[in-house]
Amino acid sequence: MHIVVCVKQVPDTKIIKINPKTNTLDRRSAPAILNPYDAHAVQEAVKIREKTGGTISVLSMGPPQATAVIKKSIEIGADRGYLISDRAFAGADTLATSYALSKALERIGKDLPVDMVICGKHAIDGDTGQVGPGIARRMDIPPVTNVIEVTEVNEQEKTVLIKRKSTNGNELIQAELPCLLTVEKEINSIDYSPLPNMIKAVRYEPVIWTVADLENVERTQLGLKGSPTIVGKMFTPPKPEGGKRLEGSSDEQVKQLMGILMEKKEVLSLQSSK
Amino acid sequence: MKLEEYQGVWVFIEQIDRVIEGVSLELLGAGRKLADKLNVPLAGVLLGEGIKHLASEVITGGADEVYIIDHPVLKDYRTESYMKCIMLLAEKYKPEIFLYGATPNGKDLASAVATDLNTGLTADTTMLDVDVDNRLLEASRPAFGGNIMATILCKKHRPQMATVRPKVMKALEPDTTRSGKIIVETISLAEEDMRTKVLQIVKDVTKNANLAEAHVIVCGGKGMGDLQNFGLLYELAETIGASVGGTRDVVEAGWLPHHLQIGQTGETVTPKIYFAVAVSGAIQHVVGMKNSEIIIAINKDPNAPIFDVATYGIVGDAMEIIPKLIEEFKQVPINQGGEISYA
Repeated sequence: MHIVVCVKQVPDTKIIKINPKTNTLDRRSAPAILNPYDAHAVQEAVKIREKTGGTISVLSMGPPQATAVIKKSIEIGADRGYLISDRAFAGADTLATSYALSKALERIGKDLPVDMVICGKHAIDGDTGQVGPGIARRMDIPPVTNVIEVTEVNEQEKTVLIKRKSTNGNELIQAELPCLLTVEKEINSIDYSPLPNMIKAVRYEPVIWTVADLENVERTQLGLKGSPTIVGKMFTPPKPEGGKRLEGSSDEQVKQLMGILMEKKEVLSLQSSK
Repeated sequence: MKLEEYQGVWVFIEQIDRVIEGVSLELLGAGRKLADKLNVPLAGVLLGEGIKHLASEVITGGADEVYIIDHPVLKDYRTESYMKCIMLLAEKYKPEIFLYGATPNGKDLASAVATDLNTGLTADTTMLDVDVDNRLLEASRPAFGGNIMATILCKKHRPQMATVRPKVMKALEPDTTRSGKIIVETISLAEEDMRTKVLQIVKDVTKNANLAEAHVIVCGGKGMGDLQNFGLLYELAETIGASVGGTRDVVEAGWLPHHLQIGQTGETVTPKIYFAVAVSGAIQHVVGMKNSEIIIAINKDPNAPIFDVATYGIVGDAMEIIPKLIEEFKQVPINQGGEISYA
């Protein structure tokens, strides 16, 4: 099996701060990390490879420093990694991003046909979840999103059995290979990388491609030019007014609160212990 | 792409087991405002098997038109079959705006369709408006972990697409006097051609039923201190018939399972009463509960951001306040309260 996992380097939005004067990201306030959902995607590929054997490639689109997430993926267990890096990709929205990545996947597939593409559900900076299905459409392979379990890979039948989180429950899906999966964090837990992986990652040099290395590329579909959406404006969310403070001792505060709540008593379902 | 050829506001009506999802009705409410501003019809797009009768609910929910494709292959959602239908309709009738609920299926479908239509798609929108002079959809959403809002525009491509977060927009009161046009389209779809099959569906009745439907929620934050203290909140909840939820910190500390997490990466809730106990009020949490009718915040820190969204705030120690509150409730004679709250 040849599995390609798409990975992205993102700022850690859990701790990143906004510069209040300029309303822009203070990128120094948070380190760049491998998008957490993508880490789970690489881990899932490793789990699948334990059963099927084969190769795991990772692919990323980003600036030169994004090689760090390729190396991190090698640590988790990927065999090789590709970074497509070019000024022409800059400013890409999800449509232009899926286009660029699909062109890279074409080139990767020429060397070794791709059986499965795995993506994280979404990147924690863009939060869209749109690139995965976009890649699937461009490759004309079926996408299955929000995957919480890869139950079985049947290489003879060329099918895969998947559990997917849908709008109000779970579904068991059988998909034909090749297909594209986007995965939830709960699909697996990231194992500690064994020392040989860590050493391999330190030594590994990712393959780096520019636009010139990809074939049949329509430059008008790349980067800012290839992006139908644009950020019109940024604004801080309107700060709510804040309501009434209940003052006094804790007994007094509780009494006031009870007064307020008893006005809504029809909403409460009181269980008296008496 | 001749932009003028594209007219009309469309809403994808998501149905599961022939029941229309709440978010679709919310989008009809939001779409109605956009359509009125642009002076164009609002249409719902309904796909499925045996779903024609749902058209009336789409119309009473605010639509002027309903496009329907009813076919056995559409019984359960699959990207392949659903997107073929959307492509057929969108290419034939050319809407200028197309909204989807940001549900797993809605986002899946919209992402695929936007790629094939080569158009722009904004994800997880929380505010919608329209620039009438330029006929531009203004789709705004939180960015960078919710610290800031971004307004996304799709200037030169049509339809302008957006997925919209559930429980943010407001559905209209059903108006049975409304009439509308029903347009039934047909499509050729064969089960043998489908590359994915839905083998089994397991409906998750327990998962969010508590929080999503709850009228009263008691939510605890890391400030409760430890798991034992957190247990107090269960006692309060039981006393008043509330559901218990927690912030992401609490879930990551292992005090609560993930499905009881409230916030950006958890549940969005809209109860009548929301107790935020020892919750700081980080924006990632607030986006999940700010549409609660009454928010009661209890926190030691007078500067905690939760007080900005709270209807009533108590600056105090939860470990003092909550036991007293529980005692007070236990003293309430049962004939003063005790009405069952869930319809």
